[in-house]
Amino acid sequence: MAKRISFEVNGRTRRLDVDPDMPLLYALRNVLALDNPKFGCGLAQCGACTVIMNGEATRSCVTPVSAAAGSKIRTIEGLGTPDKPHPVQAAFIAESVPFCGYCINGWVMTATAALEKNPRLSEAEIRQTLAGLKCRCGSHMAMLRAVRRAAKEMA
Amino acid sequence: MNKLTSMNVSRRQFLKGAGALVISSVAVSEPAGRALAQTAGVGTGATASIKPPLLPSQLDSYLAIGAEGRVTGFFGKIDMGQGVETGIAQIIAEELDVSFDSVSLVMCDTAVTIDAGGASNSMGIRHGGIMMRNAAAEARRVLLELASARLGVAADALAVSDGVVRVQADPSRAVTYAALIGSKYFNVTLEWNKQLGFALDIKGKAKPKPASQYKLVGKPYPAVEVPGKVFGRTRYVTDMRRPGMLHARMIRPPVAGAVPVSVDAASIRALRGARVVQVKDLIAVVAPDEWNAVRAARQLKVKWSDVKPPFPDMASLYDHLRRAPTVGENAGDLFGGKVAVNEGPVEAAFAKAARIVEREYEHPFQSHACMGPACALAEIADGKVTVWTGSQKAHSVREGVAAILGVALESVRAVWMPSPGSYGRNEAGDAALEAAVLARETGRPVRVQWMRHEGTGWDPKGPAGVMQMKAGLDAAGNVIAYRFKARAFSSWDVSSRESDPSDTLPGMLLGAPIKSQQNFGVPSNAYQFPVALAYWQSVAPLLDRASPLRTAHLRDPQGPQCQFASESFMDELAFELGVDPVEFRLRHIKSPRDAAVIRAAAQKAGWEARTRPRMQRRGGMLVGQGIGYATRQGTIVATIAEVEIDPKSGRPWARKFTVAHDCGLIVNPALLKKTIEGNIVMATSRALFEEVKFDNRNVTSLDWASYPILETPDVPEDIDIVLIDRPESPSTGAGEPSTRQVAPAIANAIFDATGTRLRRLPFTPERIKGLLG
Repeated sequence: MAKRISFEVNGRTRRLDVDPDMPLLYALRNVLALDNPKFGCGLAQCGACTVIMNGEATRSCVTPVSAAAGSKIRTIEGLGTPDKPHPVQAAFIAESVPFCGYCINGWVMTATAALEKNPRLSEAEIRQTLAGLKCRCGSHMAMLRAVRRAAKEMA
Repeated sequence: MNKLTSMNVSRRQFLKGAGALVISSVAVSEPAGRALAQTAGVGTGATASIKPPLLPSQLDSYLAIGAEGRVTGFFGKIDMGQGVETGIAQIIAEELDVSFDSVSLVMCDTAVTIDAGGASNSMGIRHGGIMMRNAAAEARRVLLELASARLGVAADALAVSDGVVRVQADPSRAVTYAALIGSKYFNVTLEWNKQLGFALDIKGKAKPKPASQYKLVGKPYPAVEVPGKVFGRTRYVTDMRRPGMLHARMIRPPVAGAVPVSVDAASIRALRGARVVQVKDLIAVVAPDEWNAVRAARQLKVKWSDVKPPFPDMASLYDHLRRAPTVGENAGDLFGGKVAVNEGPVEAAFAKAARIVEREYEHPFQSHACMGPACALAEIADGKVTVWTGSQKAHSVREGVAAILGVALESVRAVWMPSPGSYGRNEAGDAALEAAVLARETGRPVRVQWMRHEGTGWDPKGPAGVMQMKAGLDAAGNVIAYRFKARAFSSWDVSSRESDPSDTLPGMLLGAPIKSQQNFGVPSNAYQFPVALAYWQSVAPLLDRASPLRTAHLRDPQGPQCQFASESFMDELAFELGVDPVEFRLRHIKSPRDAAVIRAAAQKAGWEARTRPRMQRRGGMLVGQGIGYATRQGTIVATIAEVEIDPKSGRPWARKFTVAHDCGLIVNPALLKKTIEGNIVMATSRALFEEVKFDNRNVTSLDWASYPILETPDVPEDIDIVLIDRPESPSTGAGEPSTRQVAPAIANAIFDATGTRLRRLPFTPERIKGLLG
């Protein structure tokens, strides 16, 4: 029942022998030890599991690993480093966004996918783009400031 | 049976023997060859190479200086991102006269930290700051003694900066902290009050610096843990793994209170490695592969006992609270001790009143609803139990694990790791005890992770209550008598600590005795009335064992419930008497600090005095402004909300908040503002969206669709914060105090906008539409 599936993660080709129905989230975390997509709900309701797949913010908890075959996936580890942060990461640090930080992956990845396509988003578009992401600690004010800051940087 | 079960040592014995655990993974390494420390002639400042036992009275239990001069603080509390870690590092650096960057903390690893109560009651800085400040001041004193001996100059002729001690008269003569003590131990005994947890108090001979000399405390250092989280380098408890580990998922009954009658193990046979573990009424599935564990939990067939649905119709919740027999009461929260309720004086004053105003306010059950449901990992090896937990009270988890396994406390180590949320007593401790039981049963390390439906369906809840307010007015329009009375579920169905299995879900499923613990709250403010009484009465839980509606502390326990009532009622009285709500509050306050906070908020928000709701319109929207004020453990907060209501849909938008905040000495203004913003947003979410729903069988809020929280379209446009710094006063805490005035400020703003009032939370569009008619 396991099947050979390959895709690219953060520029590196990975081959996995897995149940094709396994959600991509579990494949990334448990097979590839890429722990930053988080389990929040398993229902695509919170965004903590978000990865960028072929340029689109994708909820890995409801994406079967088979649907990722042949795709290019980015996770937050692949965005930037302390020496060379992605503008979205730099903005999230400048605005001191996270509290517990468990949701941060979803916000950073969703904002990155959106701003890389179009950094000239209006306030309403930013809010709409990020709607559907959850943050329980209430870091939203800083989230919005960070995304506005990153948008300016990337425009 | 595991041989661990034969050991049984009491907590007191543990304290005597606590030094037995020596953990090598901490920042201080043993010096090579265990060479004798240079101790000659320094009295109490003797250093040692061998770590003294982990005792509350040992300076080494709180601070260590490594070979390169790096300082490690061992902190028996945690930081959920509200700036505690950074603030404590600032306090340590300040007292020690080292650079901020040279200090780091180890938090709530029970092997290397003293039980300081974990996170609780906004005490990270209020309590933790005193403890670490005293330890650091004493360490500096001891280091100056060592330097004095080394340099042959009296200690008071020395000066320290950045960890270098210099002779004041000749700064070329210097010695570093690293050279004085690096990687050796202080071996200094502190004065200790013989209490642990929140009451823990230690001090040395040194007197900490006066606030006037602070150079680092008060500065807006960036939060130390933020970059790790943003680059994906922070390891959460959910990311912890051990070799040979099994993944577990818990099985919950469809009807609350039902217990398993039989389990069809064959129903998951097709899933490789998946099996059922059952101990009494606790059932889990385990599998080496997580996805198989998830699928097994979905597929497992269990026959449950046929129990009578335990809950009333949700629509009758508040009537139930009004009518159910009283099982506990007190005139104040129980932290202030038992105070008998005496209705006599307030009833006598009501009898003399020209007019009585009475109102009732209703607050639902609310969920911790953490971003991810709880996760924990337990491993039992060589007679030792290690539990990795997201509980904000790892020391309590240690005690709970020892008790549920029946093993000696000193054989258990609990290690806190960053986790998805916390906000009081969430389900993290339940998961930790479940992991421990499953690790014993399987003989393998076990990682338990709850599923989303359990994260709102089975976490301990903030209690529902009906708050009954009554005031007596004289003919001249003065309040002559005032009463607050809550009829509520106790907030202590389970304790805020997981140290007793009776206070945990797995403990209850394994048959631990049920406790009856009654507590609720009363409003906290500086108002003075000629005759006043505030008390609560609690009613029995709807289900006393393993209830999905069992209650516990949820951020600012009972603050939102009590203040929603008292601060809404202050506005109702003000308008009843034709007095501006800000002026009305100030009339009843003598404390200058409280008055200053209310005035600061009103001034910054451009408050316009009004004696009736203004019912203003802007661009087709109904707009209003309302105030809420309250105190919490010495912290004073006034919040003014501006709300915009769409008359067509009833949707409220809390567009702007202005907050004035006095928590005494400010350690880090940037992170204080961040913390206040978080509280305001979370409290707005609770006020506008949050209500745990249930039918008569079980909780029906099982995901983010059935337990919605605030999302970006509803985020305020602005939160304008006025910080009032009181360097002369102790820091009184900020983790929760700005939560409790938010709902009433919004309710009062809705009244200003519409001329009608909501007295039941949350303020949903449907309820507001109902107001508008």
